Amino acid sequence: MKQEMMEIVNQVELAPRIFEMTLRGDLTQEMVTPGQFIHIRVPREDLLLRRPISLAEVNHGDKTCKIIYRVEGDGTKVFSECQIGDKLDCLGPLGNGFDIEMVEKDDVVYVIGGGIGVPPLYELGRRLKEKGATIYFLNGFASKDVMYYEEEFSALGQLHIATDDGSYGVKGHVGMLIDKVKPVTGEPKAIFACGAPGLLRAVETTFIDHPHVYLSMEERMACGVGACYACVCQSKKDPKVNKKVCDEGPIFKAGDVII
Amino acid sequence: MSRLSVSIPGLELKNPIMPASGCFGFGDEYAKYYDLSKLGAIMVKATTADMRYGNPTPRVAETPSGMLNAIGLQNPGLETVMANQLPSLEKYDVPIIANVAGSTVDDYKRVCERIGDAPNVKAIELNISCPNVKDGGIAFGTSAQVAAELTAAAKSVANVPVYIKLSPNVTSIVPIAKAVEEAGADGITMINTLVGMRIDLKTRKSVLANGTGGLSGPGIKPVAIRMIHEVSHAVDIPIIGMGGVSTVDDVIEMYLAGASAVAVGTMNFTDPYICPKLIDELPSKMDELGIESIEQLIREVKEARQ
Repeated sequence: MKQEMMEIVNQVELAPRIFEMTLRGDLTQEMVTPGQFIHIRVPREDLLLRRPISLAEVNHGDKTCKIIYRVEGDGTKVFSECQIGDKLDCLGPLGNGFDIEMVEKDDVVYVIGGGIGVPPLYELGRRLKEKGATIYFLNGFASKDVMYYEEEFSALGQLHIATDDGSYGVKGHVGMLIDKVKPVTGEPKAIFACGAPGLLRAVETTFIDHPHVYLSMEERMACGVGACYACVCQSKKDPKVNKKVCDEGPIFKAGDVII
Repeated sequence: MSRLSVSIPGLELKNPIMPASGCFGFGDEYAKYYDLSKLGAIMVKATTADMRYGNPTPRVAETPSGMLNAIGLQNPGLETVMANQLPSLEKYDVPIIANVAGSTVDDYKRVCERIGDAPNVKAIELNISCPNVKDGGIAFGTSAQVAAELTAAAKSVANVPVYIKLSPNVTSIVPIAKAVEEAGADGITMINTLVGMRIDLKTRKSVLANGTGGLSGPGIKPVAIRMIHEVSHAVDIPIIGMGGVSTVDDVIEMYLAGASAVAVGTMNFTDPYICPKLIDELPSKMDELGIESIEQLIREVKEARQ
């Protein structure tokens, strides 16, 4: 975990307001666990808080990583206006990442994402593919317009898509995709999910007694390193205990925290 | 004595820079980034007699050159802090200033009585100014009489010097500063955060779950400078200045206002290396301004006032 000025080597708008940025730097050598994030300083003096953005892809060979972000406010707007060759102050990698140790060759796994929660699942998919797992990606988007990485996910496993407005794939949410796939695959070995709280709750409820369900949580952060206690979520086992999303998460085992 | 060292009650500081309470956890979080022994001191997160869960999320919001927070003094409580958090700082050559908060005078006394026994705890910072808790905090810091009574109570049990952290959320800060000095305070730390609020345009509700929060960051520095200036003219005890410090220029400005040491808060979140950077940059800034030593600067500011 360290701080580095990483160079922007590519920036593409994948869909309206959704950008893929490629960064190069030595920091990538420390990015070993899928699901981790980097904390990026906005190159504008009056915006003090770094932005936590998950790692969508890491390539140790050419020292690059990709992040995918949606322009939501001033900070991400500034990122979207950055040019190739600009440098960004990155801190990381932060957070615990997905535990994929139990996954073995030919195991069936579900990787479930929604909207801007999809990016970290791509690097996760690459790692699961390396292990020889049979991956079912169940991705939900608001509409076809804001969909991205269809080809990329399809290259790693079987991709199923749901859109809220029915403009592509199944009309509805990812719960419907689970209902569609489960009778075919039987119980998966592990389930990994990242998305809005509603999606995470649906996954948790569907696989309530499953021993390997991992959920990526999101909460507004300040420090990103566990010092400020801003990004907490409540432990399910002990309601008196708060867990820090940046430090103890962002990946939690289903049942560990209240979503 | 080096040109950066400062001596104030209970604290022999090798340099005048320390992370402010609430912005550095219990220290270990930043030990992953650099050797904490480099710091002048560490003001750790507030400790209360019993554990505090804190406020609901969202607990932070960004503002122009600042941020709002409403953490709500989340901490594991005195006994856990004594057993788990503070001993891990023993390996560093750095004095610890323990921030103490409470809901009642007895709560404060319970913590003040014990916390000085922890390794390296050389002083207490009495938090009478947290704006984010209903049952205490700021309620103690907005009345001169109540602040004085609490100071006297803390002093009666504490075995290390007690610094009082003043609230800026008052009509006049000077009477409160004078009152705590008269009640036996060894020093003052200031300023705590300013009460603020942000409203989400889409939901039309407060961005923070708590409604309001404490404003910090470079945006509040002029308020801090003004208040430190006022208080330093009214009291003789030392002031640890804080509020929006982000550069060595800010550090010197705090001294010119009347501070004896300087704490860095929110900027730790923006740049985790801010404290060691300021420590490294301070000597050349002092050279540039013809400042021989920090102690000399403190004397010069004091003499200029008389």
